[in-house]
Amino acid sequence: MPLATPLKNLDRELFRFHGRLKVAGAFVVLLAATLLGRAFYLQIMQHDYYIQRAESNRISLVPVAPNRGLILDRNGRILAENYSAYTLELARAQPDGLETTLSKVGKLIEITPGELRRFRRLLAESHEFETVPLKSKLTDEEVAILAANHYRLPGVEVKARLFRNYQAGPGMAHVVGFIGRINDRDLKGLRDSGRAQNYRGTVHIGKTGLEQSYEALLHGRTGFDQMETDASGRAVRALSRIPPVPGKDLRLYLDERLQAVAEHAFGDYTGGLVALDPNTGGVLALVSKPGFDPNLFVDGIDPETWKALNESPERPMVNRVLRGIYPPGSTIKPFMGLAGLELGVRKPADITVDPGYFILPNSTHQFRDWKHGGHGLVDMRRAIAQSCDTYFYKLAFDMGIDRMHDYLAKFGFGEKTGIDLEGESPGLLPSRDWKQRRWKKAWYPGETVIAGIGQGYHLTTPLQLATATAMLANGGRRIEPRLVQAVRDPLTHVWQPLPVKVDEQLAIKPEDLAVVRQGMLDAMRPGGTASAAAAGAPYTIAGKTGTAQVVGIRQGARYDAGSLSLKNRDHALFIAYAPAEKPTIVVAVMVENGGHGGSTAAPIARAVFDYYLTGKRPGNMKLEGSDAPD
Amino acid sequence: MPRTSHWILRGLRHVDGILLTLVVLVLGISLAVVTSASGQSAARISGHLVNMGLALGVMVMIANVPPHLLSKVGPPLYAAGVVLLVGVALFGEIRNGARRWLDLGFMAFQPSELLKLALPLMLAWYFHRNEAVLRVKHYLVGGVLLLVPFLLILRQPDLGTALMIGASGFYLLFFAGLPWKVILGGGALGAASLPLVWGMMHDYQRQRVLTLLDPSSDPLGAGYHIIQSTIAIGSGGLFGKGWMQGTQNQLDFIPERTTDFIFAVFGEEFGYAGAILLVVLYLAIVARGLVIAARAPTLFGRLMAATLSLNLFTYVFVNMGMVSGILPVVGVPLPLMSYGGTALVTLLLGMGIVMSVATHRQLNKS
Repeated sequence: MPLATPLKNLDRELFRFHGRLKVAGAFVVLLAATLLGRAFYLQIMQHDYYIQRAESNRISLVPVAPNRGLILDRNGRILAENYSAYTLELARAQPDGLETTLSKVGKLIEITPGELRRFRRLLAESHEFETVPLKSKLTDEEVAILAANHYRLPGVEVKARLFRNYQAGPGMAHVVGFIGRINDRDLKGLRDSGRAQNYRGTVHIGKTGLEQSYEALLHGRTGFDQMETDASGRAVRALSRIPPVPGKDLRLYLDERLQAVAEHAFGDYTGGLVALDPNTGGVLALVSKPGFDPNLFVDGIDPETWKALNESPERPMVNRVLRGIYPPGSTIKPFMGLAGLELGVRKPADITVDPGYFILPNSTHQFRDWKHGGHGLVDMRRAIAQSCDTYFYKLAFDMGIDRMHDYLAKFGFGEKTGIDLEGESPGLLPSRDWKQRRWKKAWYPGETVIAGIGQGYHLTTPLQLATATAMLANGGRRIEPRLVQAVRDPLTHVWQPLPVKVDEQLAIKPEDLAVVRQGMLDAMRPGGTASAAAAGAPYTIAGKTGTAQVVGIRQGARYDAGSLSLKNRDHALFIAYAPAEKPTIVVAVMVENGGHGGSTAAPIARAVFDYYLTGKRPGNMKLEGSDAPD
Repeated sequence: MPRTSHWILRGLRHVDGILLTLVVLVLGISLAVVTSASGQSAARISGHLVNMGLALGVMVMIANVPPHLLSKVGPPLYAAGVVLLVGVALFGEIRNGARRWLDLGFMAFQPSELLKLALPLMLAWYFHRNEAVLRVKHYLVGGVLLLVPFLLILRQPDLGTALMIGASGFYLLFFAGLPWKVILGGGALGAASLPLVWGMMHDYQRQRVLTLLDPSSDPLGAGYHIIQSTIAIGSGGLFGKGWMQGTQNQLDFIPERTTDFIFAVFGEEFGYAGAILLVVLYLAIVARGLVIAARAPTLFGRLMAATLSLNLFTYVFVNMGMVSGILPVVGVPLPLMSYGGTALVTLLLGMGIVMSVATHRQLNKS
């Protein structure tokens, strides 16, 4: 039939068809050019970008957390160490829903209500992709049960984790502190300081104490396993490994047994004690009573226990040595005396008549001496030894608040000591300027008078008292208290001492200092305020008692401990150093509601001196272990 | 034995040597890439070889059937296809939200596959029959013949297949001399109605288009395929990472990598040089098909050879465009490269028709 069509027509049709073939050919070439153009763009122009995308697809970095550094006392006793244990952890998103999974797990192993509460709290704080611990320190049996049921529990993992053990217990809690799980605030801090990368793979961070202050040294450097992973995230093979660098070990100046002695000496009292080496600033003991068990915090504390600790009226979480601020009371007197001599307001032999009170000119208000009827004629040495209030009322009045403030400031009152623990309070050293700024009021002469015996606005921490006392002991060198004396490199095992910070010598005339020191020595001798605490000591102690008022006593009334409820009783203070001739230890003690410094605070210091200087322990105290030197 | 070889030689007389060489070259590349993409799976490789043998056999057989006989298959095949499509619309099985499959008892079957060849055959038969008296009404009838299966498939819904089949019908009308003003007018009308089409599209279809415009908007969902395949291609660079060395391929990052996304594996392991070679081979196949069309003695032969050639390249373009991220993700295999028997047989069946057209010239004239 096609052959029947006219030839001319066929030619025209064929010509048109060939034209269309050419159009089609051009169309195909255009499409091919488009494809090759796209391929050129991807494979040549953007090659570097896509090769990088392919590599980051393929290679994943699995962080390897470093071992945390140990914390040792001066004799190498372990205060904080690591152990690894299995924990049961749950992913946030559970295929069967969280509650179903929890009840399934609960049927397999025992989950206590406390663990459940803790889990829910951690869940609320955790990040989307984290697993949250439900139960820590699984027994071998529990691990076996969970492993056997693994297939039924997707999203439930048993992980080997490093934990921290604080075997020294509650007595060391305020020094060593504790680590806890990294929370949002920690993470923000890490990010802001550019350290977040180094914490990939790390679960815990130092929260308080040395664990917090020395976090940078203790943590170490995170290592990485470079893994080739497939699309489902499964590791196919290890490509390379950057090993983690363990954290540095810390060796303290602190002696764990001295600490235990001091803690024991406190008995049931609450309060704080700090013992320093006056030559280096090394902290030999630092006790804040009551303590708490730092182990509770390591893997998340359950909310009930936390509430109990936090709301306890004894406030066990507060480090009283660093953060407890109290009026120095009579412990300020040696410094006042030195100020009087150095500023030329008094000569050592100048006599003040003490009728039992001091009255400002043109006034009738009596500033009473603690001793009814007064001390009679007193010079400076006696004024310190017997803690004569009238002498120091008058001295303060003669000196004036401005000179008093400026001189006491040289001993570090009113500013942080710079100890290597965070959270220290600067206390408060009052001045005319300060009162104007703070209260918008003029300074009254009467305030100068009571400042002379450490009452009024003046507030110090036990640590400030100890560092100031160290200046009396070492001849006027301002020291910065230090807990850590050396750090050990985990790879070389070499202990490297940390530098000691000793400020320049404060220019004190030796004869002036000798008078004050003599007064403190007399305080510990018969006739002195703390003579009982020094009785029978085979070394000499120089000390000063103090009493810090908790409630004001009305004019004309008398302080009577028996009529006051326990919490309103005075705080007992005591500062001392020994041996008096060549001091090697300085102690500051504060006993809350302890009454008189001489009777409650001084014996605690004596126990510390005894152990430190002679190795003698309190008679009724047992120390575990047989490695005691005596 | 001599009888058998005689038959084989006679059969091979109708094979176009150039076309066969080009097809076998691409199939060889395909075998290498499927080997790599399947992780040297023996089952995949042998399955692929069996499919190739089968499809090549079908091609040689069809090449031996004279065009005038082939043309007679058009109307019944088309009729059967349309009936089955109606059957699907009424009784079809729903899979993944679309009514595409017909359960024949012993196998599930997509009638739309049938139309890929049936529609061009039907139209070529129709125009050939009316060659002497072609008028406007014939193009109108041709348009209706195209629209019936197109709309039935679109309703399933299967936009991709509908467009591919619509394209093959359009190519045939084009080669049959559809006036330019109709083509351009229709194009303008189509462009103007795009917003309307958008409104009629299903959510998943819209999602595919949106994902194409910005794959990163859905990196774990629909965009994942495109992102991973472009990474694979782009990371291949000029000469590729080498056979069986592609990390995107070996580590499972490329989805559907022996079938629809095989070009991503190829691009990763053989680079831009490989892509050029492959595209040139496809161009050569198309060029050979168009030459055959130009020389064909009958209108049926011209229309079939030209349409099937152009159709092959359309599949190439849609697949590579999808894998390299310039077209939406539609389930279209890469001709001669993707693993899969049905598509390969259909394709080489078409090549067989082209060869038949090429080698039955003299016979027909005589």
